[in-house]
Amino acid sequence: MADRSPAPDTPELRERWGAFEFTESYRAKADRAIARYPEGRQRSAVMPLLDLAQRQVGEETDTQGWLPLPVIEYVADYLDMPVIRVLEVASFYFMYNMKPVGKYHVQVCGTTPCMLRGSDGLIETCKKRGMSKGHVSEDGLWTLTEVECMGNCATAPMVQINDDNYEDLTPERLDEILDELAAGKQPKTGTQIEGKHTSEPEGGPTTLREMVDANHDYRGEWK
Amino acid sequence: MPKVTVDGQEIEVPEGATVLQACELAGKEIPRFCYHERLSIAGNCRMCLVEVKPGPPKPQASCALPATDGQEIRTDSQMVKTAREGVMEFLLINHPLDCPICDQGGECDLQDQSVAYGRGATRYEENKRAVTEKYMGPLIKTVMTRCIHCTRCVRFSEEIAGVDEIGAVGRGEDMQITTYLEQAAEHELSANVIDLCPVGALTSRPYAFEARPWELKKTLSIDVSDAVGANIRLDSRGREVMRALPRVNDAVNEEWLSDKGRYMVDGLSKRRLDKVFMRKKDGLKPVSWDEAFKAIAKAKPGKDIAAIAGDLVDCETMFAAKALLKACGSSLIEGRQTGMDYDVSNLAAVNFNSTFEGLEQAKAILIVGSHIRWEAPLVNVRIRKAVKRGAKVFVVGPHWDTTYPAEFLGTDLAVLNDLPGHIADAFKGAERSAVIVGGGALKGAHGKALALASEWGADFNVLHFSAARMGGLMLGFAQKGGMNDIVVAKPKVLISLGADEMNFEPFADSLKVYIGHHGDKGAHAADIILPAASFAEKDGTYVNTEGRVQFAEKAVFAPGDAREDWTILRALADALGVSVGFDTFAQLQSAMIAEVPALGEEGLADYGALPKADAKTKAQGTMGAYPIKDFYLTNPIARASAVMQHCSSELLHGGELAEAAE
Repeated sequence: MADRSPAPDTPELRERWGAFEFTESYRAKADRAIARYPEGRQRSAVMPLLDLAQRQVGEETDTQGWLPLPVIEYVADYLDMPVIRVLEVASFYFMYNMKPVGKYHVQVCGTTPCMLRGSDGLIETCKKRGMSKGHVSEDGLWTLTEVECMGNCATAPMVQINDDNYEDLTPERLDEILDELAAGKQPKTGTQIEGKHTSEPEGGPTTLREMVDANHDYRGEWK
Repeated sequence: MPKVTVDGQEIEVPEGATVLQACELAGKEIPRFCYHERLSIAGNCRMCLVEVKPGPPKPQASCALPATDGQEIRTDSQMVKTAREGVMEFLLINHPLDCPICDQGGECDLQDQSVAYGRGATRYEENKRAVTEKYMGPLIKTVMTRCIHCTRCVRFSEEIAGVDEIGAVGRGEDMQITTYLEQAAEHELSANVIDLCPVGALTSRPYAFEARPWELKKTLSIDVSDAVGANIRLDSRGREVMRALPRVNDAVNEEWLSDKGRYMVDGLSKRRLDKVFMRKKDGLKPVSWDEAFKAIAKAKPGKDIAAIAGDLVDCETMFAAKALLKACGSSLIEGRQTGMDYDVSNLAAVNFNSTFEGLEQAKAILIVGSHIRWEAPLVNVRIRKAVKRGAKVFVVGPHWDTTYPAEFLGTDLAVLNDLPGHIADAFKGAERSAVIVGGGALKGAHGKALALASEWGADFNVLHFSAARMGGLMLGFAQKGGMNDIVVAKPKVLISLGADEMNFEPFADSLKVYIGHHGDKGAHAADIILPAASFAEKDGTYVNTEGRVQFAEKAVFAPGDAREDWTILRALADALGVSVGFDTFAQLQSAMIAEVPALGEEGLADYGALPKADAKTKAQGTMGAYPIKDFYLTNPIARASAVMQHCSSELLHGGELAEAAE
């Protein structure tokens, strides 16, 4: 499991992030998130606000973004809640990065279905490109994390890179995707198998075939 | 009321009770770690598993399961036994086997419960988890590897103390209990998490490696650090008080204790007056008791003798002094050292009439001139409870950090003469409400507050700060003009019963006899020092600010030549050639009870009805600052305590020092 302790509280960190504030567009989004909850329950918006803050940090640093302590304090202040409560949330969920990450945060699922379908090969591919778990690569482009189940077992193995999932991967296909990303292009997201749309079986449906073209009443056939 | 069956025994339980409470009502012991009566239910330790029918065929956490009609609960089945063994085994996987060097040893829930419900041996051979220590301030020592993640400390600081400081960072096995950036826990009740911690993760820092619980003598006592009169237990070894722990008393302190009451006890063995001293040409010199008594007799006070009671003295001491003065023909007794002169003709008007328990029911509370968090931290807990039940709180006085939403109305007491409409509405609409007047506002706003309370039908409360105050007032330690009357009377001999906050300057011509236990301000000003016993070294009666009479017992003997106060006063009577009418403590007590019968009965004293309020009185003056400048150093014992000094410098003045250094 990755180290979830926050980046150390140093004077440099304070200097870089002490003056963090939402930009106008992020502030608008934050206020919209807060407005979803009843009066006096603003704290409920802590998760969207942390996500927005992380995205803004990402834009400022040209990375996926992370949450320095002063930014966590800013969010706590924004919601008028104790900062330890915000830190609890931030350190609990993996979608919040507690340490700086690269431009692309490569999260390889290593849980059983993905492992059985070859996630070890995906990690090998990443490592061959100079990534190592929990670290930012030298070119500042990549951070590799092995994560637990992302809920895409039907299309295992899968990798999540920033906001997109890449599923049904092979080491070769992952290599191509990483090349494209490095070149600044947007690879095809979702399943990587030609002809597949989402998580349906390869080679067409295997059950409920009559339902493909039109609605079909199976009830008469029940035995 | 649901009827349930616990191990074949049918009982009726109150509506809303949990299965755990039902089992307890049936007299069954349910092991638990995270569940605590006064905190919210977390249900995360799983130690309280029981078998419940109807329900899924598996053990269920009884603390989080409501008891419903017709339930069949088993706490003695094989399933329950195995489940408890399993939970215990998992808890112990990451718990170090360091009981021999752990301060919790001997009073550890985990230890006790693993003996009672554990397997007896471990099957775990892999590496154990280790967690770094977390700094939580000068009072709390942490060994976080021992933490079993019950989150009682987190819930206490959020729910009871109202200061969100402690949290659980991370998740799963990596979850760690910490304060934000390991800052010190900065509130007056922080050390209660030590009692709450069921294991040795949070232990007492000043008491670290000092003693084992089984070698301590336990004495029931009363906390004198404020006027709440928290029930405490003094644990002593030999002649030393090692620690103070709260006792459960729902009417007074529930089961909490302020940090000052808990940790000033190390001051009991520091800066003590253990010899008789007399001021000679070159300062205070040790002399014999005889010499000192002769010197006092030589002053021939006659009826020109006065006694000032300090904040920590018990009723017996005050009564002995009063009896001595009476025998001399004087009635110059006063307990309000700082010069307050409020009217005490009706004690109900200077009492906390809501009672602490009743305060929780108030729907509107007006605080006039009291920094409650510092003057009575445990009353602040009650107000916080009331606020959670929907009470509105208004404060007149300088701003302080309440642990609940409160509206500050400014420092001008005259605001009471013309309160904004919404406040009167809040009070008039409330079924029960309370007005609390602090010591600082008694001068300017007592009458007006009384009038407001009677207008609104609110409970009228005066929150005193000194443990001796109500007892002193019951014994008549109050002159009409306060200290000023004593000054005007120009007594030849002035007896100070541990009075350290008074101004000795006007008494330059008097022979100042200090009967007390610590070398503090009073001893510095005194001509003769007669060493006496502190609250831990004598039996005594104390009356808290609600008028609750409580007895404290003697835990240890006073050091050196120090004697119990009443014996000194009794000997002084002989030296002055008068008779006080008692030779033993029992005689003294019965004489005291004969004079003030209420002091003979534990519980709330009856002060009768409140005086008729004069609706035309006006409040005047401003609350510039609260009387307490430093929470940790309010009495001579606390000022002598190294722990309290450390708390004061780190927690109250630490910020200023750090800023100066930058």
